Amino acid sequence: MSSSTPASVSPERSRSREAPRHRALGRLARSRLAFIGAAIIGLTALIGLVGPAFITADPVAMDFGALLKGPSRAHWLGTDQFGRDELARLVWGARLSVTIGAAAVALALAIGLPIGALSGYAGGVIDNVLMRCMDALLAFPALLLALGLVAILGPGSTSTTLAIGIVYAPGVARLTRGVVLAERPQEYVQAAHALGQRDRWVLVRHIMPNCVSALLVQASVNFANAMVIEAGLSFLGLGTPPPTPSWGLMLNEARAFMSSAIHVAIVPGVAISLAVLGWNLLGDGLRDALDPRLVE
Amino acid sequence: MLFLMSLVVFAIVYLIPGDPVDAMLGQEAERTAREALRRELGLDQPLWQQYVGWLGRVAQGDLGRSIRAQQPVRDLILDKLPATLLLTMTAALVALVIAFPAGVIAAVRRNTVVDLLAMVGALLGVSIPSFWSGIMLIMIFALTLGWLPAMGYVRPTTDPVAALRYLILPALTLGSVMAGAVTRQVRAQLLQELGRDYVRTARSKGLREPGVVVRHALRNSLIPAVTVLGVQFSVLLGGAVITEQIFAWPGIGQLAVNAIVNRDYPVLQGVILTVALLVTLVNLAVDTLYVVLDPRLRLS
Repeated sequence: MSSSTPASVSPERSRSREAPRHRALGRLARSRLAFIGAAIIGLTALIGLVGPAFITADPVAMDFGALLKGPSRAHWLGTDQFGRDELARLVWGARLSVTIGAAAVALALAIGLPIGALSGYAGGVIDNVLMRCMDALLAFPALLLALGLVAILGPGSTSTTLAIGIVYAPGVARLTRGVVLAERPQEYVQAAHALGQRDRWVLVRHIMPNCVSALLVQASVNFANAMVIEAGLSFLGLGTPPPTPSWGLMLNEARAFMSSAIHVAIVPGVAISLAVLGWNLLGDGLRDALDPRLVE
Repeated sequence: MLFLMSLVVFAIVYLIPGDPVDAMLGQEAERTAREALRRELGLDQPLWQQYVGWLGRVAQGDLGRSIRAQQPVRDLILDKLPATLLLTMTAALVALVIAFPAGVIAAVRRNTVVDLLAMVGALLGVSIPSFWSGIMLIMIFALTLGWLPAMGYVRPTTDPVAALRYLILPALTLGSVMAGAVTRQVRAQLLQELGRDYVRTARSKGLREPGVVVRHALRNSLIPAVTVLGVQFSVLLGGAVITEQIFAWPGIGQLAVNAIVNRDYPVLQGVILTVALLVTLVNLAVDTLYVVLDPRLRLS
């Protein structure tokens, strides 16, 4: 990918540097996988953000006259063991899942990006210390580390978000460091230094734009993983506390009733799987479109 | 690295809000008893001394005592670890048995229906969370068809056949995610190798296609695939936490969840440390395996 160009660079050179980016965007637009993934993600986000405004049923209101009912006109996706509307819980659960996923990915970037950039650019002792710390965190399975962090922070959506963000930050830091290390010896960086630009400016203005492609792919994979971990923690009873609708919690509660009302296990399971599939498809499409080896 | 890992584990338990003395004696306990226990546990010492003392004990295999079970944490972990290892190893085996043939066939039959099916299957494998696939497998094979038990565990030494019946569903659940990831990796790597000059040379010398694929291309594509195995083992151990909950499998994942629920933090500390050590050992084994697979590394 290109770095930003100084003002003196000719339009032809500027265009030639922009070309790989345009080619990548073209490949992304043509990718059927990415399109399907983006469509699923868009639908999930739309349901999560706008859906609650259109759902009249209260996701936590119990109706003991309609326990574990199958899909009907009154309850399109049926009801759960407390007579709560499954569709309403699904839609509100989508909001929670998307919000936590987005916040956790943003937090992972906010922590990992500066650490990785500083590590890669400074090198030496700073690089060694920071990366060994990141490696130590990477040695723990993501879910287990998230469990430990939730134990510190206490259960709840905010704790879950913080835990997931912290768990995925070392991966972002490693990736950013790798790109910065690769870019630092490039001629355009040396030219920027020769022009008297400060280190921070060179890093932020010239080197960091080259991390965007790799970080986009990583962010999409992290989003899928964040949704799975959020649902997993809720499934274990350590994430979002009841009665707040969470897909993982819905699945956990469904285990006891699935033999008599299979829909309570199918509805949240399909929702989680589809959402994760969407992010995985988009991640694949982005990787295919942005991978420099494929560009060449 | 191990030093930093031990710092993380120590910090996790140190940062957990609440006094361990409260958890052990209750908030109503007498002050003298509380102070005596605080001294006994070394909690009256400065933080660095607590860490050094804890690290020294860990180095001797002493992981502390469980607050709830009142047993050494090491004994609890050693009691549960075989069940987790049996589950993760079998899941890894299931994943490899599915992933390698599927990845190879998908690469060899690129852009055919077989390739499409293998890739859709792999994508579903990595996208369907184990806590849903596990529930569905119980629904189909245990509750509907009645072929396999829904949950539970039998030691292989007690009754190998029953142990196998109890193992199948959890191992399939846990292995499916890894199978998806490894299939995609094997296919991608094999396709890359099949396009290289040495493969073209092998073909032009008249070697038959199975020989070209298996003896030449596959072997070279194994190194990146083995890297994925190392990463996936860490994912497997994390996934085992959930799978053990679904299938009431008495492993260290279940021990960790119960430790959080019961605020039994020495146990949580012990489990996290044990798992991190296992992951490190597997990564070391993977590094050794590179040398076996790649003669260039042996020579260098």
